[in-house]
Amino acid sequence: MAHIPDGVLSNPVLMAGAVVSVAGVAFGLRGLDPVRVPKVAVLSAVLFVASLVHFPAGLASVHLLLNGLAGIVLGPAVFPAMLVALVLQAVLFGFGGLVALGVNTMDMAVPALLAGGLFRLLWRDGSSRARASLLGAMAGGGAVLLTALMVALTLALSGREFIAAARLVALTHLPVMVIEAAFTAAAIALLSRVKPEMLARPA
Amino acid sequence: MSRTGILDAARPLAESSVVGRLDPRTRVLLAVLFALTVVMADNLASLTLALMAAVILAVLARLSPRQTLRRLLALEGFMLVVLALLPFTVPGRILAEPLGFAASAEGLAQAAAIALRANAVAVAVMALVGSMEVVSLGCALGRLGAPERLIHLFLFTIRYIEVLEREYDRLRLAMRARAFRPGCGPHCWRSVGYLFGMLMVRSLERAERIDAAMRCRGFTGHFPSLDDAGSERPGMLDWGFGAASCAALLLVAA
Repeated sequence: MAHIPDGVLSNPVLMAGAVVSVAGVAFGLRGLDPVRVPKVAVLSAVLFVASLVHFPAGLASVHLLLNGLAGIVLGPAVFPAMLVALVLQAVLFGFGGLVALGVNTMDMAVPALLAGGLFRLLWRDGSSRARASLLGAMAGGGAVLLTALMVALTLALSGREFIAAARLVALTHLPVMVIEAAFTAAAIALLSRVKPEMLARPA
Repeated sequence: MSRTGILDAARPLAESSVVGRLDPRTRVLLAVLFALTVVMADNLASLTLALMAAVILAVLARLSPRQTLRRLLALEGFMLVVLALLPFTVPGRILAEPLGFAASAEGLAQAAAIALRANAVAVAVMALVGSMEVVSLGCALGRLGAPERLIHLFLFTIRYIEVLEREYDRLRLAMRARAFRPGCGPHCWRSVGYLFGMLMVRSLERAERIDAAMRCRGFTGHFPSLDDAGSERPGMLDWGFGAASCAALLLVAA
């Protein structure tokens, strides 16, 4: 949902987003050993496919952001992975602008990085399954919440007249947050039982 | 939750169209220039001109009108939330007062400008960049100076999206065979969570096999590109189209 189209945001906000994203992508790429590229690519392809699945929610349907899960399994590589995913979405589906790419990458990847870092701080190999799903729910839901707040903030900073819209955008993310928390909790619980090394060390 | 191939969107429909014959690099550069110009432009007349230019590009690229409109409709979802409120939040000359909320002319004009900009860029990007193979987009970005590792990540991701989509369809079929229907509730969310957890485990094991196979072939982070079609110098068509487009963009900016 962090698909802000072109033409909405003000130039200082666009510049700030671009600077943060370039720095984040450079940081992510520097730590990305070339032989790990296939692993990161496979995982980000899974996340890309998953983000296209629509869940029924009342009258409408929502799709997941999955940045919490991405942060956990990808680590710092989440910045370049998100950039790739957003470029593909902009080009293939027209979701999200070209000039707004920096802001959109920042809004998705910064919460992902934080959620992944916090998860790894609190999770140990051998933690119980309940603890893993609780942490997964917090990472998944928290990352969506933070993304919603950042989208709202980037809108609000672009002009006073967008403040009302920013609140509305943040509110529409609340159901996504609930679904995403349940989804991430299940996915993490599964990974902690089947392949705990995936959680211990990001790809 | 059923879809047809994700990347089918990027199959070049008509290789013989004018846009299809341009060098991928020309198309990427033009799309970026177009987006920058449109974002900077402010008055409604030049934005309308930009939208018309984008539609002409779409016609030149022979985009399918139905598919393009469907994509734009998805974009309008976000726009509606942001734009519907603008006439009421921008102060200015009052036009109408539906239900006691004052709608201003300035707000309406700003909403129109944003809608024009967003649609113009989306149509132009789909026409110029969306109509080419995503793989050639990756190669073009690489030649334009994007970091090599980022391009590797891009190309590998594209490759595996298709593989994993098929794997996803298989797992979904297995769920459907067990009478799973997506609904609104924790059961569905958890089941789909398990589905993608499993997909990640399987795909990581696949990645380990890929990694082993690539090491066997001496992969050390360099990726010799066999299909180096774009390495030749841009032709007459690229210079001509580029010059004409720059002139048009200047017109928009003026």
